[in-house]
Amino acid sequence: MLSGVPDAASLRNSDPPRHAAFVRVTHWITTICFFALLISGAEIVISHPRFYWGETGNDLTTPLFKIPIPASRNLVPTGYGYVLPDQNGWSRYLHFEAAWAVVLTGLVYTIWGLWTGHFRSNLFPAPADRTWGAFWGVIAKHIRLQRPDQAEAFSYNVVQRASYLIVIFILFPLVIWTGLALSPAFNSAVPAAVNVLGGRQSARTLHFFLSAFLLLFLIVHVAMIVLAGFPSRMRAMITGTRIIHYRRFVIPSLFFGRGNRFLLGRGSDSGDRQRTVEDRT
Amino acid sequence: MNKISRRKFVTAGLAATAGMSGVAVAATLAKRYGLIPPDSGGIYGPGETLTYAAQRLLTRHSLAREFPRSMISKAPFANEIAPFNDAFKHHQSSGFAEWRLSVDGMVARPASLSMSDLRSFPVRNQITEVVCEEGWSYIAEWIGAPLHEVLNAAGILPQARYVVYFSVEPDWWESIDMADALHPQTLLTYAMNGGDLPVSFGGPLRLRVPRQLGYKSVKFITRLTATDSLKRFGKGLGSASPEGGYAWYAGI
Repeated sequence: MLSGVPDAASLRNSDPPRHAAFVRVTHWITTICFFALLISGAEIVISHPRFYWGETGNDLTTPLFKIPIPASRNLVPTGYGYVLPDQNGWSRYLHFEAAWAVVLTGLVYTIWGLWTGHFRSNLFPAPADRTWGAFWGVIAKHIRLQRPDQAEAFSYNVVQRASYLIVIFILFPLVIWTGLALSPAFNSAVPAAVNVLGGRQSARTLHFFLSAFLLLFLIVHVAMIVLAGFPSRMRAMITGTRIIHYRRFVIPSLFFGRGNRFLLGRGSDSGDRQRTVEDRT
Repeated sequence: MNKISRRKFVTAGLAATAGMSGVAVAATLAKRYGLIPPDSGGIYGPGETLTYAAQRLLTRHSLAREFPRSMISKAPFANEIAPFNDAFKHHQSSGFAEWRLSVDGMVARPASLSMSDLRSFPVRNQITEVVCEEGWSYIAEWIGAPLHEVLNAAGILPQARYVVYFSVEPDWWESIDMADALHPQTLLTYAMNGGDLPVSFGGPLRLRVPRQLGYKSVKFITRLTATDSLKRFGKGLGSASPEGGYAWYAGI
């Protein structure tokens, strides 16, 4: 699992970037689109914060559940004595534009990933890691708040790989499908898209939960990046720089005391490739 | 400049040129085949154009889902409407006996149709879902005259590309392209669930466009205009919706 940890001497400027330029560009386009979809989606939900199951549902029918927030429409029985401003116009325009951008980006990314073997080599777990033991090993390490291995600055661990695969190949396709199933014109061409989900309101409820799962992923993803070393991970995803550690691992040090810092490879590399690594004692 | 960077430069240049030519060709073709919506300007224009163009290629003739009678909503929901103006109140007090629908613009025989004229057209009923952009929906049976029957009776001209329709209420007007205007399910609706169309649901006359969101199904219709261009209507964005910040095409 820890194979491929580069030692300092083996790191050269000619090394391939931590993340390929293609991954970096599609990652950030997807990030921007996701935030646009999240904000506009939340605004659209505010106009009717009630969810149903089946084909139909409205203010006169019993909801599956309600989000306890005020609404931006005054006929919605929210229990609040006021109505929020209507933001649906721009939210809807933005939602569909961002959806197009992320779908097209995702298509290009998928083709590129298959073509270059990105999925096979970087995302599908190595054969040795395809065990529950390896999976729980990583989870246990996180629960004990252990610092990531150096290897994890260069390669994804098995839990990361599994989560990324679930997001890329399950959550994104499902959120696109359930979104399309809300389009009356698309449904006229492909009625099965909505019918197999149990109806329009079921599709809307599923779309909401899938978005919530994606938001949960985002929160955990960002939390893990912060814990692993925000600047180094961000640099790796922005410039592709391979860096082991850049900053102290703040939260665990509350438990484990201050770690020793030392620089790795100072002077032996060109200035822009200076790396630091945390002592894991 | 060394060899690698020159090669990269040339490749990137070629890719950019190919990309831009591709976009230019696509834009020209889209324009020729009427795949550009009237609200294609501004930052949301590309998304709207992609949606409209993709759906027109995919859904030109497809039929909205129709449901069994058992699925008709027992509690259909009528969205809020602005207080009625005096003209509407006058019609309401006389049981809409004087309600008329004028058909003008690019038609050979402009007409002014009474409700009984409309009832003399072939009747179509359909059980379809009203889908509001807010998220709620209901299913009802809608009964009326297919818009294409009325347009054909008025002799719609081949150069007509859109039908603009107006509510008796001011600043409430929409338009649809000919794919939706001539679509068999686009209905000048005067009855619902077996009775007259209630005022709260758009009575006496509502244009139902079941392949688009509810806001395209304008209530209290008094006028239809066939046109080859939407530029002369309102701010030229196609309908009142884009003027209020909502997309013209609501098939999403």
